[in-house]
Amino acid sequence: MSPKFWQTLRLGLKSLLLHKLRSGLAILGIFIGVTAVIWLVGMGEGVSYQAQQQIKELGANNIIVRSMKPPSDATRGGGFVMAYGLMRDDYDRMVSNIPTLLQAVPMREIRKEARFLDKVTDVRVVGCTSKYQEINNIKLSRGRFLSDKDFEQADNVAVIGDSTARMLFPYENPVGRFIQIDKEFYSIVGQTEDKTPSGGIGGSLAAQNFNLDVYIPLSTLRWRIGDLVVTSRSGSREAEQVQLSQITVTVRDLAEVDETADIIKTLLEKFHPTVDYSVTVPKELLQQAQVLQMMFNLLLVLIAGIALLVGGIGIMNIMLATVTERTREIGIRRALGAKQRDIVAQFLSETIVLSATGGLLGVFFGFLCHPAIVGTRAVMKRLFPEIIASLPPNIQQLEPRLAPWSIIAAFLISVGVGVIFGLYPAQRAAKMDPIEALRHE
Amino acid sequence: MKMAAQVINVHKDYVLKGGIVVRALRGVSIDFPEGDFVAIMGTSGSGKSTLLNLLGCLDRATQGQYILGGQDVSRLGDDELSEIRSRYLGFIFQSYNLIAQLTVVENIELPLYYQGQISRDAKERCIQMAQMVGLADRLDHRPYQLSGGQQQRVAIARALVNDPHVILADEPTGNLDSATGEEIMQMLEALNAAGKTIIMVTHEPDIAARAHRTLRMKDGLLDSHVPTGALH
Repeated sequence: MSPKFWQTLRLGLKSLLLHKLRSGLAILGIFIGVTAVIWLVGMGEGVSYQAQQQIKELGANNIIVRSMKPPSDATRGGGFVMAYGLMRDDYDRMVSNIPTLLQAVPMREIRKEARFLDKVTDVRVVGCTSKYQEINNIKLSRGRFLSDKDFEQADNVAVIGDSTARMLFPYENPVGRFIQIDKEFYSIVGQTEDKTPSGGIGGSLAAQNFNLDVYIPLSTLRWRIGDLVVTSRSGSREAEQVQLSQITVTVRDLAEVDETADIIKTLLEKFHPTVDYSVTVPKELLQQAQVLQMMFNLLLVLIAGIALLVGGIGIMNIMLATVTERTREIGIRRALGAKQRDIVAQFLSETIVLSATGGLLGVFFGFLCHPAIVGTRAVMKRLFPEIIASLPPNIQQLEPRLAPWSIIAAFLISVGVGVIFGLYPAQRAAKMDPIEALRHE
Repeated sequence: MKMAAQVINVHKDYVLKGGIVVRALRGVSIDFPEGDFVAIMGTSGSGKSTLLNLLGCLDRATQGQYILGGQDVSRLGDDELSEIRSRYLGFIFQSYNLIAQLTVVENIELPLYYQGQISRDAKERCIQMAQMVGLADRLDHRPYQLSGGQQQRVAIARALVNDPHVILADEPTGNLDSATGEEIMQMLEALNAAGKTIIMVTHEPDIAARAHRTLRMKDGLLDSHVPTGALH
């Protein structure tokens, strides 16, 4: 950079410092705009990252088929028993008919009470096979997960979730103890690690809390608890008969996911006249989430763009006032040999200094996004715990993620705004007739 | 005799809104030999300001020639005229015309800055100029911290810093009391004695009397040519 460049910049800074309040106000617009871009994009990224993480945990190679209560009472079986959902035959048909299938993991879940001595807690009893651990990424803090042998022998063994363990065994190691579910006792062989509950995703998957689970072999669940679940409610009884709650199908290759999902749908359609199941493809969800995120980001950039535009107009306004006020100075400079481009450079450098300062401040405050959000949440939690508790988990756990592109883009745009909105006032200053300008009072 | 500046049959027309043409200069020819000290007098509207603007390369003649330091500058473009102003001309104005946010040294530096001379030497030269006009102890002062006479001395230093062919002074004592005005006039006389060519516009006869000769303008023409002192 030539010394003239630095001199121009230095003089620009000097004139700006002469009117601190005015310069400060001019900066404010750009500063708010840049901060807004970074914060909004950061929060947007945070939300969609959360969603994408959850979907990824479901596994991109997986297809999740779940039993779903049909809307009307168009169920199989008669009387007060409602029978619906996936059947063991469906599972067998999938395993034998789908060539691309790597594995299919069946699962049955029932809400029950689990007891130990005088302690009782509501749990989700999950009947599953040993593969269930792998596909749901369950980590153990104690003991082992269910084995194939447990399944074959239909043993009364259980692996309990972290919260379940805390409820029933606050002061001791649960492994080796027995919990009671209905009339049966189950020997505890393992305890899972604490796992962050997942939020629901776009309505197709409900929120899940793995910490309140009790895992027992699917075969044990079938023989000890059975398919029929009777719930008594003040005077009436309801019974549901469901064989399998969920089948998680894994394919070998990501490219085979869509095709396999179609095969599964065709298979199920044949044997289920009413739609009492749902097929969820995490890969599709992931793609949807990504598209959604792009649109969301686009929207945010648009909003932020408007903020920056307004900031730019503010700067232009102030520069036009400055040019009028300094007409005489322009005349003097021209008389002393300043070319038109020198005048343009002078005023443009002032606007760029203004907007770049606003941009830098904005970037600085942009970096404060994460601590600010986390801090606000902590304060809110202390002051209004009910309000925080009533918020959806997505917001309760929102971690803003600063997107590097948004920081760079916001700063560059702010400088660009300076150039674009500074050019007109600078041109106007340069085009003045030096004689007229000198005569200006 | 070598000419510092020369105007030959210069015309200047202004077209007002509505198409009315004002003929501000109607064929003026003047020679300014090197070392000349000329006062230009005239009532307002006589064309003396227009002439000064032309001499200062702030404006171009409608017709005629202006030769400055041996170079015909009457057909140059805006950038070239700016270049000429920064290299060959020094301006002294009635209201000093210093730039408020700049210090004394920075004000003096401006013509060099626009020539592209930004260096330690340039700065050194500006400090010398300030010393020459007796403001060595005011280098970092702002114009508002100076008296009128001091401000005009800064302006003189600024007019001299680029070692110009011609110094143009527009009512240099107009805003000053007589004692300070006298001080400034002595300074101009000293500069002229050192060989500088000075062209001064004034309407005060006793100020004009300090020049070697006085030119009177009337209705866009040179009215008379009165020598007021011995021509060198």
